[in-house]
Amino acid sequence: MPLTIRSLSKSFPGAKALDCVDFDLRAGEVHALLGENGAGKSTLIKCLTGAYRRDSGEIMLNGEAISPSSTSEAQALGIGTVYQEVNLLPNLTVAQNLTFGREPRRFGFIDGTAQRAEARRMLSGYGLDIDVGRDLGAYSVAIQQIVAIARAVELSGKVLILDEPTASLDADETRMLFDVVRSLREKGLGIVFVSHFLDQVFELTDRLTVLRNGRKIVTEETARLDRVRLIEHMLGRELSMTEDAARRKTDPNVATRPEVVRFENFGRSGVVEPFDLTVHRGEVIGLAGLLGSGRTETAELMFGVRTAASGEARDETGRIAHANPREAIASGFGFAPEDRKTDGIIAELSIRENIILAMQARRGWAKPIPRAEQDRLAADYIEKLDIRTSGPEKPIGQLSGGNQQKVVLARWLAMNPRFLILDEPTRGIDVGAHAEILNLIRQLTDEGMSLLVISSELDELIAVSNRIVVVRDRRHVAELTGDDIATGPIVRAIAAEAAAQAEKVA
Amino acid sequence: MFRSLSRIAPQLITLGAIVLLVTAFFPDFILIGYERERLVGPIIDVLKRGAPVALLAIGMTLVIATRGIDLSVGTVMAISGAIGAWAISSGLGLAPTLALAIGAGLLCGLWNGCLVAVIGIQPIVATLILMTSGRGIAQLITEGRILTFSDPSFAFFGSGTLFGMPFPAVLWVLLALVVTLLMRRTALGILVEAIGVNRSASALAGVNARVLLIAVYMAAGLCAAFAGIVATADIRGADANNTGLWLELDAILAVVIGGNSLLGGRFSIAASVIGAMIIQTIDTGILLAGFPSEYNLVIKAGLVLIILVVQSPNLAQSWRFVKDESRRRRERSYEARKELRS
Repeated sequence: MPLTIRSLSKSFPGAKALDCVDFDLRAGEVHALLGENGAGKSTLIKCLTGAYRRDSGEIMLNGEAISPSSTSEAQALGIGTVYQEVNLLPNLTVAQNLTFGREPRRFGFIDGTAQRAEARRMLSGYGLDIDVGRDLGAYSVAIQQIVAIARAVELSGKVLILDEPTASLDADETRMLFDVVRSLREKGLGIVFVSHFLDQVFELTDRLTVLRNGRKIVTEETARLDRVRLIEHMLGRELSMTEDAARRKTDPNVATRPEVVRFENFGRSGVVEPFDLTVHRGEVIGLAGLLGSGRTETAELMFGVRTAASGEARDETGRIAHANPREAIASGFGFAPEDRKTDGIIAELSIRENIILAMQARRGWAKPIPRAEQDRLAADYIEKLDIRTSGPEKPIGQLSGGNQQKVVLARWLAMNPRFLILDEPTRGIDVGAHAEILNLIRQLTDEGMSLLVISSELDELIAVSNRIVVVRDRRHVAELTGDDIATGPIVRAIAAEAAAQAEKVA
Repeated sequence: MFRSLSRIAPQLITLGAIVLLVTAFFPDFILIGYERERLVGPIIDVLKRGAPVALLAIGMTLVIATRGIDLSVGTVMAISGAIGAWAISSGLGLAPTLALAIGAGLLCGLWNGCLVAVIGIQPIVATLILMTSGRGIAQLITEGRILTFSDPSFAFFGSGTLFGMPFPAVLWVLLALVVTLLMRRTALGILVEAIGVNRSASALAGVNARVLLIAVYMAAGLCAAFAGIVATADIRGADANNTGLWLELDAILAVVIGGNSLLGGRFSIAASVIGAMIIQTIDTGILLAGFPSEYNLVIKAGLVLIILVVQSPNLAQSWRFVKDESRRRRERSYEARKELRS
């Protein structure tokens, strides 16, 4: 048993992040660490890698008690970590990254030839055929991940922690990464695998441990659990999404509802080809397509983040001004962007301030929202959206991803927009918050708000949408309604062009 | 109220410690007298001499809160001072003189703000342009001479007294109060903090980041104009080469000693002006304590280093750890003793 953790506890002011957690990792296994956001996964990992000091409990590595106080110490002891955002230097070459801090030297100077040879040796067995002399940043995230893994394995070699390694990889890249992980397992490494994707957990892992609210719920052989049981463990409650999806699809009244906004011949060449789109009251329009197909760009044009070159948006009273986000907001639009960290949250400011920000910007600086009103709004939305926090004054940056997303949603709901755009509203969010946000979408449309939802998860789009627009190669290529809102037709619409191209080539 | 007090507590404690230190070398430091209807004494002198840096620090705090920096404020002081001296000595009268000097400061701020917010140049580079070229502009106004004047109404801004206090001291206290109220009683404060932390997210939430940024640099220009007026009025002459020279660095230091992050976000004007007073107390104290003048800069650097080390977040964290650890140890030994007794 290379790694054993006994009754590990860690508290933060106002919260107990880990409460007597036990965990053990065998040599030659892939062990999934699962739980909702805020369950304690990252805290556990940070205690392991020395980023946090634990309050109590013990960590044993190959039978010896260890207490790493920094990541480099943990690395030297044998625990390597690879994060979702690769923590290597993209402006150095692959070889420099791999040998960083222990470059082979000759007469006191770095020996470039030996360095590259060393890098090639480290990468052998990973099935990568890349030029180690090129900058790391020139390669895809998947390759960067594997380079990071190779470095971590070389430096540590006993325990490898993979923290959401697949979050930004596509299916092929994920498969490539999994092959690497499996071959490392063969070599006898203990691997901790953190992921939100349950499919991947079932595909890859031997055992899994579920955390909830800082406690260990269960450790089990992956093969002996089914998906429903696992989600129950993670949530402590059950999901009922399928019947709702059915209701949504058969709702016949949507098309006859009044129009909220109509985009006519709207677009910008090189961004999104001009399209027509009519949004009805209380309707959810799903936007499906591959990454880079023009989904986000469509949203940005609508919200005035980019200016449209042609066409306009109208409602029954005439033309709608939305040349920039401020105008769009004044016209009753809202936009929760894809990248929460860089475009959504104001990390240092409190939950309260993040919620009132859009409203305050709309009122202008001279008319501050009275503090009592701010407190009421914050308390209201914390309760309504079930935002897990010790209070409204907590900086939003300290919340988990799902709760941050809820705060960003609250910011827009407080504005009561008529048309709200949600770009990947559930990305990087745990199952529980995921279901809550989907429920919220339904509730909002029942109250008459219209939504445009962008998502890579077809199941999710199918569950919430009245209509699905398929985007491909920066063009709106299909609009699906009724029974066509299903995986088959969507995938066919997304894939049609590729097939056509393949024919042309042939 | 309590929260804002605890925010500036470290700066107040530091100021107190520096005052005690200086008093140890020069016991008369804390004596305040009353002569010819004005307060006199080293502390009053600190309040007056520190006025330019305190005034600059007010504007600098806002600029730094937006994750920017304004290197040009020292130069803007020289420009405003030169224009003020020129205007008053050519017989324009007090009100037009002030209007011109302040207008020049606002114009400089507008220039900086446009470079940063509209053209998108990094603040440190954008303001460096005016920092270096501005002294040339000021020299053109004074025609390379020290432009002196004798108008008593303008000189009042440097050497006059109000309610027994030197006017410069009254001015920075008032301006700090007005700007703080303006920031905290309206929504400006939070909007400035929001664009400082995350400009792109703020813009997507509808905050007019561009206009706010320009306004903030103009505020820094306005504060620099006031500082320039005070400095010029004090010596009854505009010295384009030396007015405000290197004071932008003292102003930045004051903001940093005030515990404001150079990465933008949360800010406290009160803490910054206390920071300015800390710097001035060190300056004045070194002189009064009778050290040879060649030691001044070295002693100042040493004290500033100590202050910044003591305030550093890393140290605060380890201190908290030590404190928690010793508390836990105490509790454990207490438990153990209790068990022994029972």
